Amino acid sequence: MIHSYYESSARARIAGLLDADSFHEWLFAEDRVTSPHLAILEQPAAFDDGVIIGQGSIAEKQIFIAAQEGGFMGGAVGEVHGAKIVGVLERAVRDHPAAVLLLLETGGVRLQEANAGLIAVSEVMRAILSARAAGVPVIVAIGGQYGCFGGMGIAARCASTIIMSEEGRLGLSGPEVIETARGVEEYDSRDRALVWRTVGGKHRYLLGECDMIVPDGIAAFQHAITASIEKGDDWSLAALEQEHQLLADRVKRFGACKDGRDIWRELGWADPDALAMMDNDEFVAAAQGHRAK
Amino acid sequence: MTMENLKYRFDGGKPTPGVAAIVGVLGSGNLEVMVEPAALGGACEIEVSTAARGFGAIWQAVMGDFFARHRAGDIRILVNDAGATPAIVSLRLDQAIETYTAKGQMPKQMPKKEK
Amino acid sequence: MPNPTEKIWDHERQRRNQKLARAASALGASQRDKVVPADMAVQLLEAVLEPGDRVCLEGNNQKQADFLAQALTRVDPARVNKLHMLQSVLALPEHLDLYELGIAEQLDFSFSGPQAARLARMVGKGQIRIGAIHTYLELFSRYFVDLTPHVALVVAQSADAQGNLYTGPNTEDTPAIIEATAFKNGIVIAQVNELVDKVPRVDIPGDWVNFVIPSPRPHFIEPLFTRDPAQISEIQVLMAMMAIKGIYAEYGVQRLNHGIGFDTAAIELLLPTYAASLGLKGKICSHWALNPHPAMIPAIEAGFVKSIHSFGSELGMENYIAARPDVFFTGADGTMRSNRAFSQAAGHYACDLFIGSTLQIDLAGNSSTATLDRISGFGGAPNMGADAAGRRHASPAWLRAGEQARSQRPGIPRGRKLVVQMVETFREHMQPAFVAELDAWKLAESAGMPLPPVMIYGDDVTHILTEEGIANLLLCANAEEREQAIRGVAGYTEMGLGRDLRIVENLRDRGVIQRAEDLGIDKRDATRDLLAARSIKDLVRASGGLYQPPVRFRNW
Repeated sequence: MIHSYYESSARARIAGLLDADSFHEWLFAEDRVTSPHLAILEQPAAFDDGVIIGQGSIAEKQIFIAAQEGGFMGGAVGEVHGAKIVGVLERAVRDHPAAVLLLLETGGVRLQEANAGLIAVSEVMRAILSARAAGVPVIVAIGGQYGCFGGMGIAARCASTIIMSEEGRLGLSGPEVIETARGVEEYDSRDRALVWRTVGGKHRYLLGECDMIVPDGIAAFQHAITASIEKGDDWSLAALEQEHQLLADRVKRFGACKDGRDIWRELGWADPDALAMMDNDEFVAAAQGHRAK
Repeated sequence: MTMENLKYRFDGGKPTPGVAAIVGVLGSGNLEVMVEPAALGGACEIEVSTAARGFGAIWQAVMGDFFARHRAGDIRILVNDAGATPAIVSLRLDQAIETYTAKGQMPKQMPKKEK
Repeated sequence: MPNPTEKIWDHERQRRNQKLARAASALGASQRDKVVPADMAVQLLEAVLEPGDRVCLEGNNQKQADFLAQALTRVDPARVNKLHMLQSVLALPEHLDLYELGIAEQLDFSFSGPQAARLARMVGKGQIRIGAIHTYLELFSRYFVDLTPHVALVVAQSADAQGNLYTGPNTEDTPAIIEATAFKNGIVIAQVNELVDKVPRVDIPGDWVNFVIPSPRPHFIEPLFTRDPAQISEIQVLMAMMAIKGIYAEYGVQRLNHGIGFDTAAIELLLPTYAASLGLKGKICSHWALNPHPAMIPAIEAGFVKSIHSFGSELGMENYIAARPDVFFTGADGTMRSNRAFSQAAGHYACDLFIGSTLQIDLAGNSSTATLDRISGFGGAPNMGADAAGRRHASPAWLRAGEQARSQRPGIPRGRKLVVQMVETFREHMQPAFVAELDAWKLAESAGMPLPPVMIYGDDVTHILTEEGIANLLLCANAEEREQAIRGVAGYTEMGLGRDLRIVENLRDRGVIQRAEDLGIDKRDATRDLLAARSIKDLVRASGGLYQPPVRFRNW
C-alpha cells in the first residue's frame, strides 16, 4: 500500500517523511500564533496559519522543516505563515542543520493579507539565499494538490534542489490568472492537459527546473530528499553562471514553442503524447539525454 | 461569512494525560481539532468555531456521544470547522484523542521546548 | 348483421403502406435503397407521421437520436400534431420543445435526468400530459402491449444500404424498440453516423428497418458511468468496507448489480485490496449485470470478475472491453453488444443483490430521488432494487436472505433478493438523507401524479447501510422495530436523534444493527490508501493503457 504524498495533509507528510517520533514542532498550536487579519474579517483561522514548522531528522540527519497545508486557503501565504517560514530559514543560518526542507503547496500570497503576504514572500526568497550562503542546502518538495504558484514559485527556484512528482505543478501565475490576464484563447485554464503540459512535474523535469522527479508516494519523496541531502549544494559562482546560461539557451531554443509538446519534440521526444502515461521509472529512463539540462 | 462559536463542557471524565495534538485540516467540508491537557477537575471542555451556523443541537449530540465513548477528562478540545458532516467530526475527534494519548505514551523523550 | 368474411384484418398494415407510399413520393429520387439524405429528414417525417401517432424517439441513458429529435421539432405542426411520445430518457432540450411547438401532446417515459426541472415546470403549466412514469422494463413491456409505436426514430453507429444496422457497443434500447415497432405494422427510421458497404456485425437485420439517414454529426453520447476515484471520501471507503464485510461476505454474494455513484465506486475499488485481504476473491462478486464502469478495471484485472452483461457501454472503455471477451459480451467484430432490456431482466431475476444510493429514505425504508421541483423519473433502479417474487432458482445468498426473512414472518420456504440502500446520513450542505416524509409526496400532489414517485419501496429493502452501520431489516419483527433499526443508523439527523436508545441497543445486541466495530472494522483503517485506484490515470494504468477516458476526465 502506497501512502500518497499528493493526498496527504502537511502533518501526515511530516510524520511520513521524518524519522519516527523525531519531529518537534515550533510555535505549536498551544502557542496560539494565528493570523490576526483573518479574525477581523470573520474568516476561519487555522491553529498553525497553514504552515507547520519545526525540526526533526530524516535518515538520522538533523533537518529543519516547513510544510504548507494546501487544504487551508490553498496554502496561501499570510503574515504569520510567511514569518514562520522565514524564521525556520534564519534559524538554519544560525544553527546549521543538515538541510532545510520546504514542503511547498501554495497558490501564492493570501489575498486577505496581501501586503503583509507579499513582503513575507520576498523575505522567504532572501532567507532561502541566506541559508544557502551559510552552507545549508534548501530542498523543496512539490507534490500536493494545489501545486506551487505565485511568489512561492520563484522562492522554490531559489532553492538548492527541487523534487517534484508528476502530479506536482510549479509556476508563477496560476492557470486561472493567466487566462484572466491573457484571455482564454491564449490559455484555457480548464484544459487540464494543457495545464499539466505547462506546469506539471514531467514538463518541469524536462526543462531542468526540477532536479528529481519521483512517483507519488511519501516513501519516494523521502528517498529523494535523503539523496539530495547527501548530494549537498553547489553555491559556487560557476554553478550560478551555468544556471544563467541555461536560462539564456532556453529562451533561444524554445522561445517559439507554443505548447509543452513542441518543447518535448525539440528535446528529441519522438512521441510526445506517449509521455503522459509513462510511469515514473520509465519516464526517467527515457528522459536520459532528452532534458534541457 | 460570520462564524458561530459554541462551547460545551462535560463533567465526570477520567483524567487523561497526553501531549497536545492537532488532526485534520481547516478546509471545505473538513475541520481541524486540537486536544490539549487542561486542569479542569476531570471535565472536558470543547470550543467550536464553525462557518456553518445553526447546527448547535447536532454539535451537542456529536460531542455528547464523543464524551460518552471516551470519557476523557482534564482536556480541552478546540475545533475549527468548515462545514464538516457529523461523521467527519466524530472521526476527527476520535483520531485527535487517539493521537493525544498515543503521544503521551511515547517512551522517547520529546525534545526540550526552546524559548 | 355484417358478414364476417368481409371484415378487414389489416387496417394497420394498409395504413403503414399508405404512409410508405407518401414517403416514396415525397422523397422521389433522393432515396436510394433505404438511404435518405439528411436534408430530406423533415419531409420524410411529415410523410410518415399522422396526428395522434405514437412515436418512440430513441433517447437512451447514454446515446441519443439527436438528429432525428431536431428534425422532429422542424415538422409543420399543422400537419403533424398531437403526437404521443414514448421515450426511455428525456435528455435533450428538443425532447421538450416538441410540446411547446404543438407537435406532441402526451408523454410516456422512464427517466428525465437533465430535463427534470423543465419537465416539472411544463407539467405545472399544463403544456404536457404525462401518461405514466415507468421503469425501463415496464416501458419496454408496454411497447408490446398497449403502447406499441407507430413510428420508431432510432440511432445506430452505421448502416448499409439495405438497412442493416450496427449499433456498436451502445446497443442499449434499440432492439426492444425496433422489435415492437417493426412486427406490429410500424415504421422504423434510423439515424446513423456512417453509411458503409458492409456493417461490422448485424445488430438489427435490414428488413426490420424502413429508412436510414446518415446524420451530419455523430450522435451525442454521455459518459454517465465514469466516477473519478479522486473524489471518493474516506467515509465512503468506510461504508464500502462495511458493505463488503457485513453484506457481500456475510451472504456470499456472487451475482449482483451496482447503482452508479461514488459509494458503489468505492466498493468496486476495494475489491482487489480490502476484499482480497479478507480472502474473498472467488467467493463474492463474480457475475454482474452492470455497465462497464471504469472503476471495475482493477477488480477485473485482479481476477475477481467472471462475467459482466451491460445495459449500455461507457465512452472510453471500448478497447478495454474488446480486449476482455472472457468478461464482457462481445460480437464477432470484437466490440461489445449491450442490451438494456435483457440486462434489466438479468438484474431483476438473476442477481442476488442490488446496492445503490438515494436522496431520501423515510422511516418505513421507502426511498426516493424526487425533489419538489424536478420530475426525474425512475430509470432502471426499481427493476433491480425489487425482490423478484417470480424467481424460482436458488442460490446460497438468496436462500440465506429468505431464511432471515422467515425467522420473523414464518411462511413457505422461498428466497429473497438482497436490496441495499447505501447513503451517508447527511449529503452535502447538511441535507439529511433520513426524513419523516419523502418530498415525493409533495411532488405527486403538485404534479397531479396518482402515486408518490418512490424509487425503492420499503418492503423490498433488506438492508440500509450508512457510515453509522448496517440495519438488517429482514431481522425486524414488526414495524416498530423496523423504524428503530432505520433510526439506529440515521446518525445525527433528526430521525436518528429521535431513536429509542433502549430498543436500538437491543437491536444491536441481536445483530439487527451492526456498527463498524461490531463487524471488526477499525475506522482508522478506512483511508483512501485502500483504493485500488486513486485517480483516472491509475485506472488507465491498471488497464494497460486500454482505457481511454474522455478528455474531461483527463489531466494529460
